[in-house]
Formats: sequence, C-alpha cells, structure tokens
Amino acid sequence: MTAPASSLLDLIGNTPLVELQRLSPPGVRIFAKLESQNPTGSIKDRIALSMVDAAKLEPGQELIEPTSGNTGISLALVAKLRGLKLTCVMPENATPERRIVLGLYGATIVDSPAEGGSNGAVRLAQELAAADDRYVMLFQYANEANVRAHYEGTGAEIVRDLPRVDALVAGLGTGGTLMGTGTRVREANPDVVVAAAEPVPGELVMGLRSLEDGYVPPILDVSKLDRKLLVSNAESVAAVRALLDKEGIFAGVSSGAVAHVARRVADDLPEGSTVVCVLADGGWKYLSAPFWHETDVEQSMERTLWW
Amino acid sequence: MSTVRLPPVLREEAGGVREVEASGSTVRELLDNLTFELPGLGERIYDGEEIRPFVNVYVDGEDVRTLGGLDAPVREHATVVLLPAMAGGCDRAS
Repeated sequence: MTAPASSLLDLIGNTPLVELQRLSPPGVRIFAKLESQNPTGSIKDRIALSMVDAAKLEPGQELIEPTSGNTGISLALVAKLRGLKLTCVMPENATPERRIVLGLYGATIVDSPAEGGSNGAVRLAQELAAADDRYVMLFQYANEANVRAHYEGTGAEIVRDLPRVDALVAGLGTGGTLMGTGTRVREANPDVVVAAAEPVPGELVMGLRSLEDGYVPPILDVSKLDRKLLVSNAESVAAVRALLDKEGIFAGVSSGAVAHVARRVADDLPEGSTVVCVLADGGWKYLSAPFWHETDVEQSMERTLWW
Repeated sequence: MSTVRLPPVLREEAGGVREVEASGSTVRELLDNLTFELPGLGERIYDGEEIRPFVNVYVDGEDVRTLGGLDAPVREHATVVLLPAMAGGCDRAS
C-alpha cells in the first residue's frame, strides 16, 4: 500500500526500473529507468521542480524560459501548482502540439523567428528577462539545481534500487542527467562507466554559419564522462522500434539513442555486468514525426542526410 | 586512409566537399596531415595545440575527448566526423 499523495508534485521521481531482457546481450543485464512515469511524462519534471524551488521567487516575479520541449511542459505544471506565471519563448515553427499543451497548462507563449532556431529563442528570452525585472529565467543549461535534481533524485534512486552498476547511459542535452546521476552512481560504484548518447545535430545546427554559434552548456563537464557516443537518426529510430517491438516500451527519440548506446556499451562489458539506461520520455509527443513506418524512416533520413 | 566528414560550416575550407581523406594512426597525426593540406581548416579546428571547445571530433562515432584527446588511436579505414558542439535537444521539435 502507498499513501495517497497530497500534490502531483509529490509524485515526481521514484520512477521504476525495468529489465530489458530481450534487448540485453547474453550475460549482461540492461535496466531501463522509465522517466515517462513522471507526472507530465518526462524526466524534466525533476529539474523543473528543483529549479523553481531553488529560485525562491518573490511576489510579483514570473518565470520565463526558452523552451518548446519537455522542460516547458514540466515548468508549466510546477508553475501552476506553485501559483506562478510562466512565459515560454519558442521558435515560431515549433509543433502545434507543443503550443497546445503549454497553453492548456496556462503558460504564455512568445514566438521567436524560425530562422534563429533554439539559439534565437534563448537570445529573445534573455532580452525579455533583461528588460523586465519581473522575469526570472531559470535557464536549465546553466542551472546547478538541474544537476542537483539528478544527484539527489535519479542517481540516488538507482543506487538504492541496484546493488551494483557497471555502466550508466543517458542522453546528452543540458548535461544535467549525466552530471548529477553520474556523480551519485559513481560514489557508490567507483568503476562505473558513465556514457553519453549524443544525437546527431539537427538541420539548424548543421546550418550554423559560424562555429562560434555553437554552444557547450555550462553545467556540462565532459571530463566527467567516460564515453560519449554519437548516434545517428536511423540508429535512434531503429532502437525506438526495438524497444517497442521487444520490450513493449513506447519511448521517445532520445530514448532510442540511449538504448542504442546501452547495447553498444553492454557489448564491451564482461559477463555479469549491469547497465542502467535512463529513458527520458515516452513516444506520445513524437507521433507526428515522420519515422514510425519503415518507408518513412528511409525518406526522412534521406532528407536529413548530411553526408 | 580514413574518411573525414565535414559539417557544412567547415566545408568552405575544404573546397566545398563533404568528405575528405586523411591518414594517421592518432587523431593528432590525422588532423595534422589534414590541416597541412588544408591550412584554412586547421585555423578553424585548432586553438593553438588544442581542439577548439566548440568543435567535436568523433572517431567511429565516439568523441575523442573521452578517448584520450588528440592522442586517441585511429584505426585504418576509420570514419572521423567533425561537428560543431551544440547543446542537445535543439530543433528536435521543428
């Protein structure tokens, strides 16, 4: 029996681990941590709660964040239940699903020009925050409360639930999951291999006019990673489908990249090893993406084939 | 010989091509050989003796920063990828 929760926010974290028996190579056990089980369906609920509470907003202050993804939805939930206003800045070509769900949660949406991509949204949010004292920008890429949420939550839960971890695999976005979870898991398992699954960058990134427009998140310390593996779109999608076909897990695209790297890392480990991979969200928000059918994969890959 | 794949932002320094060939048994040797042929590329990739922070170099899909940096070994016929460093999660919604 579990006591009823007094708030949805109390249900953030404590996500389940499930063994991927059919995806694991012989002799190695891969466990997946299902972050889709958080209240809004993604791992970002953890950092939204942690960052908002750490910010200790004064009366009259409001949140602003450049995001068109899971972080926005998580912040919208936390803001609502903490009685705070939230503005999300996103490129005007972000998918309608994102706008609709953020609007339903009560967030205000500000558009940034499509051609500026995510960097443009960040710049606009910074300008708006600088021009108006009301706004507090949490900025997940540089917020230590992001890392702390994973050290105290994700990582501590893995250590509690598994006596030994030989490898930890998570997606590389802000770096928060890898830094926080990796540090905590390494404290308990000094020889653990911390591996990052890095998606091949999208079109706007590949279209950067200058290398100086690139970005390394301040909270990411690559020296704390043991491996950092680039995963193609085709590999991510193949692994998303394998998760569904073999394990019944309907996961998002980044989870496909993570599962792909988990298998690659598992192949390099001795028999008897345990691998944990963190699956950040479910597949529901990607239904309109053009890769769920075999022919779609080839066609969409064709369009984004850079070499 | 290894194949080196260039992102659009670096192709100008290589005459507009997507891929070039280079040889070397370490990343340093390979990049030195490559940038000797294409000095403009060298200026974009190197900051003194080090790889620029906004440039990622992958050998067979793995970032060389976790493989020993410029001393990382490169096998014969490897695939080397150069990419601008970029925070993840970007543009995936668009």
